[in-house]
This record gives sequence, structure tokens and C-alpha cells, in this order.
Amino acid sequence: MTVAVEFDHVSRHFGAVRAVDDVSIAIEEGGFFAMLGPSGSGKTTCLRLISGFERPTAGHVRIFGENSENVPPNRRPVNTVFQDYALFPHLSVRDNVAYGLMVKGTDRRRRQAAAEDMLALVKLDGYGARKPAELSGGQRQRVALARALVNKPRVLLLDEPLGALDLKLREAMQEELKSLQRALGITFIFVTHDQGEALSMADRVAVFSQGAIVQVGSPQDIYERPHTRFVADFVGSANVLSPELAARAGGPRHWSSLRPEAIALAKPEAARLTGTVTGTRYLGAVNRVTVAVGGDMLTIALPAVQTVPADGAEIGLTWPDGALHTMEAE
Amino acid sequence: MTGGQHLTARISDAFWRHPRLLLAVLLTPPLIWLGVIYIGSLLALLVQSFFSIDEFSGLINYQFTLKTYAELLRPSNFDIILRTTLMAASVTIVAAVIAFPIAYYAARYAKGRMKAFFYLGVMLPLWSSYLVKVYAWKLILAKEGILNWAVDGVGASAALNAVLALPVIGGSSLSVSYIGTFLVFLYVWLPFMILPMQAALERVPVNLLEASGDLGGRPSQTLRHVILPLALPGIIAGSIFTFSLTLGDYIIPQIVGSSRRFIGQAVYAHQGTAGNIPLAAAFAVVPIVIMAIYLWVAKRKGAFDAL
Repeated sequence: MTVAVEFDHVSRHFGAVRAVDDVSIAIEEGGFFAMLGPSGSGKTTCLRLISGFERPTAGHVRIFGENSENVPPNRRPVNTVFQDYALFPHLSVRDNVAYGLMVKGTDRRRRQAAAEDMLALVKLDGYGARKPAELSGGQRQRVALARALVNKPRVLLLDEPLGALDLKLREAMQEELKSLQRALGITFIFVTHDQGEALSMADRVAVFSQGAIVQVGSPQDIYERPHTRFVADFVGSANVLSPELAARAGGPRHWSSLRPEAIALAKPEAARLTGTVTGTRYLGAVNRVTVAVGGDMLTIALPAVQTVPADGAEIGLTWPDGALHTMEAE
Repeated sequence: MTGGQHLTARISDAFWRHPRLLLAVLLTPPLIWLGVIYIGSLLALLVQSFFSIDEFSGLINYQFTLKTYAELLRPSNFDIILRTTLMAASVTIVAAVIAFPIAYYAARYAKGRMKAFFYLGVMLPLWSSYLVKVYAWKLILAKEGILNWAVDGVGASAALNAVLALPVIGGSSLSVSYIGTFLVFLYVWLPFMILPMQAALERVPVNLLEASGDLGGRPSQTLRHVILPLALPGIIAGSIFTFSLTLGDYIIPQIVGSSRRFIGQAVYAHQGTAGNIPLAAAFAVVPIVIMAIYLWVAKRKGAFDAL
């Protein structure tokens, strides 16, 4: 496998702020890679280091093996779908999409035809003559996508591209982006703070915290086998068990994680832990029940079809072997 | 609810029920001012320009005629119009070229103290009297002035003399040449170009510049295809100031420059000593017509599409 983008001990400091701090990672060609993290964790700065809008304070960003420090954004084989789309308001949709070809000097007929093809690809045929202001958020998003893809980039960067869309549209676009990536076979690098989005779309996920990558792996790895308490908590709100509680639950005396949906109710004599119900939140498909176990709180997710124990009830908890995951670090 | 309320409360309630009432109260005085005093006098001026003057008696003949406008086309008068328009156009173009980098720097890069310094630097000349500035320039540009002395000092007098030897725009010294008039116009009106330009450039989102670069646009292409079209309304606004202010000014060409007249001076002379109000009015209509044509062309070319 070719490496599309490689970070080699890359740092980007803004004065005293270490936006990106000694990040090393290799992103393989042809995959769907997600950079996941809370705001301010350095994921967007990493994306801007690839597109060339930021330059590293230290280290090297290599794009297809080439050092990119002295290559300006307009000469990099990457294109970006911007967070707020950044469509040119004075140009028609067609001219927006054709912009990349226009600055390369492609003649008018050819670039307009290519733009129409791209608009068809993102299901916006017939919208070419409109201005961006006349489109809905979802349509603008597609124009931004078409505008980036018309250049046939080897890497497509997407900066929180679905953040401004409502839930239904977001889910539809997730599917579409995924199938588009498979059909085109180019590398997608995707920045998001939405763990559900990262898990459902990406082949590989890097979790960022405070300017550093804390874990890289498949969505299953990240979700089921978090390395740190931060990952366990940020990716899907797992229960984080202190070493003492983990030992009482039958695991090694080490920080551990336990997924809410892995926990089931059990008779006290068959339970791995017992506790008192302190509250229930109804979320549609499941009820999230908080249980006090000694001084610790655990969350369990019960299918909504199951009866929920009343507040104050003493209940037993159990889970399948292997569900209690021992974390490598704190 | 209605009984026993204060008058102020009743008034504010009435305004709440009739939002247009408040608008009417607020807008009527300025509209009267603008409508009656400003537009009214403009119309009076326009009407005057259609009268003519009796050449023997010097009295105004109150008959509608285009005779006065025909006078404008006489070579001596038409030269004044041509001279003024060319001067206004050159001042505007050069002011735009000089103002753009300054405005761009201020809009894109200047922060905090530098921004305050920028505003101060641009506005400060406006705080001192226009006449003082123009007379100061007369001294600067004079044969014995500091500019000549400086040019002499760096040994460039030959170059300056070559420029002054040019036909039409040259003269015996800068202060009595069209170049001098041009320099003073440029200096005096430059802030009026910089400020609207800076405001327009500030409104161009940075991410559009990044998008252009990301899509392969070189900085020069980004300037041409993104920055200029989006900043054009501001540039046009600035050019309206520099262009119309130059068209109408009658003090600068009188103090600095050759003795040949500009439109403003012609208006001044005809309505004053010569007592030819119709011709003065006709001259005064010329800048209005030129500006109208300019704006019409700008609109046709799509200069305001980005608004």
C-alpha cells in the first residue's frame, strides 16, 4: 500500500499554544480516514497542514513521499471541502465547480462540460446557472464537493463537512460520501467531532486530544478497545472503571472500560457487580439507566422493550466474558 | 390596561401598534431637507441651465432653449470639460492603484495597534484644513520648495527637468504644472479611496481566498477572480468620491497648477463676475451627467453584483 500522507514528528505551535504537538502518522492511499476529536484538539490544524494553509513549526508533512514544506496550497495534489463550503458568492454554481479548471487554463467549453458532469455526480444536474445563495445547505455542500472533485485530487480533505446539516440530511450524506469514496477510490481525510460519524464512515480513525493523537485504529478498535480513559469516554461514552472497581468486577487491577450496551441485568447471586438504580433516561431505542456501585456510577443501556427497574431498586449487573476491556494507559 | 397610563407609555404603545408611524416621524425631517432643499435646488439649477443670456443686455432670457448647452461645445468651454474629466479619471485610477495595497494590508493583516495606526494615518490629514494643505503643497512643489531641493540633493534634477519639459503636463515648476495639480488632488482625495476600499476588502471572507488557493489558483489569479470582483463595489464607491470631488473642485487648480480652468472654476467665474448663471448651471450639470453615465456603465458591467 502506498502512503498518501505522512506526518513525521509534526508540530504546529501558535506562540505558547501547541495546536499540534509531535504527531506522527501514515495515512494509506485509497482509504477513508477520520480525524476525530473535540474542538481545539488539533485535528483541523492537521488538515490545514496537509492542504498547506499552515506550515509545521517542526517535523515534515509528506504527500505521496514528497516533503511539502515549500509547496504552496495551489500546487498540492489535494483539495478541500471547507467547513462552511466557502463557495464563491459572485460566481454561478457551474463557475464555482469549474473554478479549479479555469485557473489551470482549461478552455471554457471543456471546463463547463466537466463541471456539469461533476454536478451530475453529486445529483445537482440543472442547478449550474444558479448562485450559491439560491441553494439550500445540503445543496451547497454538494457543490463544494463537486468543486473539490473536479480537479481529480489524489487526496480529498473534508473539514467537518456535515456539521451544518440537519440530522436526516447528515445521515443521507454520510452514506453518499462513503459510496462516493468507494467509487472514486481516492483517499478521503475527514475531520469531525462527531464520533458516530467517524465510526460509521471511516476505515481508520485517529482520535485527537490536546494536539496529539491518542489512538489510531479501525472503528471497532477505537470503540471496543480504547487505549485511554479519554478515548473510552469521548468515543461513545463508555463506563470508565477505576482499578479498584475493575478488580471488584473480576478484572485486573487497572483502568478499564465497559460499554453501556454490553451490560445486562442479572439475579444478585449471578451478578458480577450489584448496585442501586439512581435514574433513567429514555432515548427512544434504549433506556440509559445510571447505577451507583459503591461510590462509582455506571451507565447501562437497556433495550426499550425491557422493563426498567425503578429508581432505588437493588439490581445485579453482568456482561459477556471479554466485555470488560483493560486499557493500556490512563 | 389603558386607563391611567403615562403619556410616554401611551406614545410608545402607539408606536408599537403602528411601526410605520415611528419611521415616518424619524424620516420626515431629513426627507424634507433632502427633498426640498437639496433636490429642489438641484432642479432649480437644472432649470436655469435651460435659460440663456442675452449677449447685449446681459439679462437672463427665461425661455427654454438648448443654446446654453450648445455653448458648452465651443472649443474653449469643451476644453475645460475634457481637461477636468481627464484629470478626474487619472486621479481616480492612480488613487485606486496606490490605495489598494494599503487597504488590503489594513483589511487583511493589520491588527490592534497597527489597525489604529492605519486609521489615524489615513484620517489625520482630514483633520487639518483643506486650504492649509493645498497651500502647503504649493510651497512643497514650488521651484524653491523642499521637493526641488530634495531632488537636487539626490542628483535627480535632470530627471525632474525632463518631466517638466513634457508638453501640456509640464511647466516651469511643479507648482504651476498639471503634474502639480494632479499630485495635490491625489493627496487630498486618497483617504476617500482607501476607506471604502478597506471596508469592502474586510468583507471578503478569508476562506474564499483559501478555497481559491486550494483549487489551484495562484495568488494573482485569486486577486483577479475572487478579491477584485468581491471588492469592486468598494472600489467603485471610492472612485465615486475621488472622481466627483475632482470634477467639482475649484480651489486646488486655482492655487496649484497652470492657469487653465477646470469645471469648478468655470462655474465660479460664470455665476460670479460674468453673471452668466445659465452657463454656470450648464457647467454644473456636466459632472452630474458624467457621474450618472459612469454609474450606469459600472452597473451594466456588473460592478454591484457582489453586493
